[in-house]
Amino acid sequence: MTQQTPNPAHIEYVTRIGDNALILGQRMSEWCGHAPVLEEDMALANMSLDLIGQARMLLTHAGKLEGKGRDEDQLAFLRIEMHYRNLTLCELPNADFGRTMVRNFLFASFQVLLWERLLASSDTELAAIAAKSLKEARYHAQHAGDWVVRLGDGTAESHERTQAALDYLWPYTAEFFAANPTDEAIAAAAIGPAWSELEAAWEAAVVPVLNEATLTVPARTPFKSYGKFGRHSEHLGHLLSEMQYLQRTYPGAQW
Amino acid sequence: MYTQALDIPQQSADKGPRVVENPEYQAEFDARIDAGGYIEAKDWMPEAYRKTLIRQISQHAHSEIVGMLPEGNWITRAPTLKRKAILLAKVQDEGGHGLYLYAAAETLGVSRDELLEALHSGRAKYSSIFNYPTLTWADIGVIGWLVDGAAIMNQIPLCKCSYGPYARAMVRICKEESFHQRQGYDLLLAMMKGTEEQREMVQDAVNRWWWPSIMMFGPHDKDSVHSGQSARWGIKRISNDDLRQKFVDATVEQAKVLGVTMPDPELKWNAERGHHDFGAIDWDEFWNVVNGHGQGNVDRLAARVKAWEDGAWVREAALEHERKRAAREHQAA
Repeated sequence: MTQQTPNPAHIEYVTRIGDNALILGQRMSEWCGHAPVLEEDMALANMSLDLIGQARMLLTHAGKLEGKGRDEDQLAFLRIEMHYRNLTLCELPNADFGRTMVRNFLFASFQVLLWERLLASSDTELAAIAAKSLKEARYHAQHAGDWVVRLGDGTAESHERTQAALDYLWPYTAEFFAANPTDEAIAAAAIGPAWSELEAAWEAAVVPVLNEATLTVPARTPFKSYGKFGRHSEHLGHLLSEMQYLQRTYPGAQW
Repeated sequence: MYTQALDIPQQSADKGPRVVENPEYQAEFDARIDAGGYIEAKDWMPEAYRKTLIRQISQHAHSEIVGMLPEGNWITRAPTLKRKAILLAKVQDEGGHGLYLYAAAETLGVSRDELLEALHSGRAKYSSIFNYPTLTWADIGVIGWLVDGAAIMNQIPLCKCSYGPYARAMVRICKEESFHQRQGYDLLLAMMKGTEEQREMVQDAVNRWWWPSIMMFGPHDKDSVHSGQSARWGIKRISNDDLRQKFVDATVEQAKVLGVTMPDPELKWNAERGHHDFGAIDWDEFWNVVNGHGQGNVDRLAARVKAWEDGAWVREAALEHERKRAAREHQAA
């Protein structure tokens, strides 16, 4: 879709998807060199690279839509906290390998559904990014899903840790499907799906795997998180202070 | 990535299957080495050759995975998304090198778990270059340029070493290393074109990494404990001092282009020799770091041990799940 004048909802929407990839990619990169086995060091680094690659394409696209000359790095490193639009789930600390895998599974399963729908986006640039990213998200969901099953249906300790991870993360998944006027404008312009349309499909994708992992799917609670609307957890500020360190310390330097 | 430690003895002998020494096989083995042929995993080999290779390949593998730590220190703080992606891919490559090398060592009858146990207990060595800290972003560039550069000089001869699985692993590793070196140099060129503070960071990093880099070639030839036998076996093709000289000669020119100076007042061209002369290496410093007294020795090993111990429940769960799955499959059959 060619923009004549910047459409704030469109910019916001692409930024959200880009920020999800950026912030989770940043989190996952913390594992590099510290994973339980060498193969997982490589897998986590690889998935982090996929997400950072997605973030680069999406933030570049958002910058173009905005038309103020901001590139991927200005958007990634030089915004203030409340201007980040990632899902809160993506910014939560990694904790143990179990929580990392449960998060990757819940998020990648959501990303798969989103990319599938974005293949038909009226924003052709976004559709092209979706085509590339869908393959990656499918692999991430498969990889994490396999681990969720192994850990859930492994030892007593691994079952307990994985159930605790699911109990901790599950409430944050309600945010996947929350909507505000931005989302209504996006659905109306056929840029992306209404989030409510994805909820049943997401549950149908994740619940059978959680069952196979012998995990109990938590009930929905009144808990709400609002990262994608710009109100984050306490964790994002720390992540950003580390990620933005060089750009903030040496303003205007080229790297 | 790095083979500096290959001449460093371990504190106990490597374990493995016993091989009966056999003069007839020995003659065949020697003839193949002399003809420049490869020894493969299933071939007979002298026990000392096997042990030397296990020590060298596993020290190299450990160096790769410990080497993920100093550079990993900067992944979350990389200044741009492109640089972050390059660094992540590089550190991931090092993990991959570790994997090929552990696999090559396993062909000699030792398991990855046994080798890791030797690393974690402190019996096995890794390249001591990784016991130096990475203090600024410029260190990431200097490690690529100097440390990977030195590693490549060390490793290219190993692509033709007599043990086939090791030689083949090294061919892949060297290709990736030369890419890393160019990326490191490119990072430094960008910083040198930048602000005064950026140039100061680059020069400071060069000052800290230059001597440790040239120490990576190991002790002088006259002091090298394993070199003679390793050369006889076709494991070591070029001497430590020759490789070091080649590295210094190549690097001095690159430093000029970059606009940095090496921290060695005695470094100068010697027209008579056709090489650069350089100052005396501080071998006390080298041996102190090798023997565990470098700034990072304790922290690096502790980080590896912590990752291994924190991951124990994950590895146990994977094994238990596989047992359960196999039992269910058996029951269903």
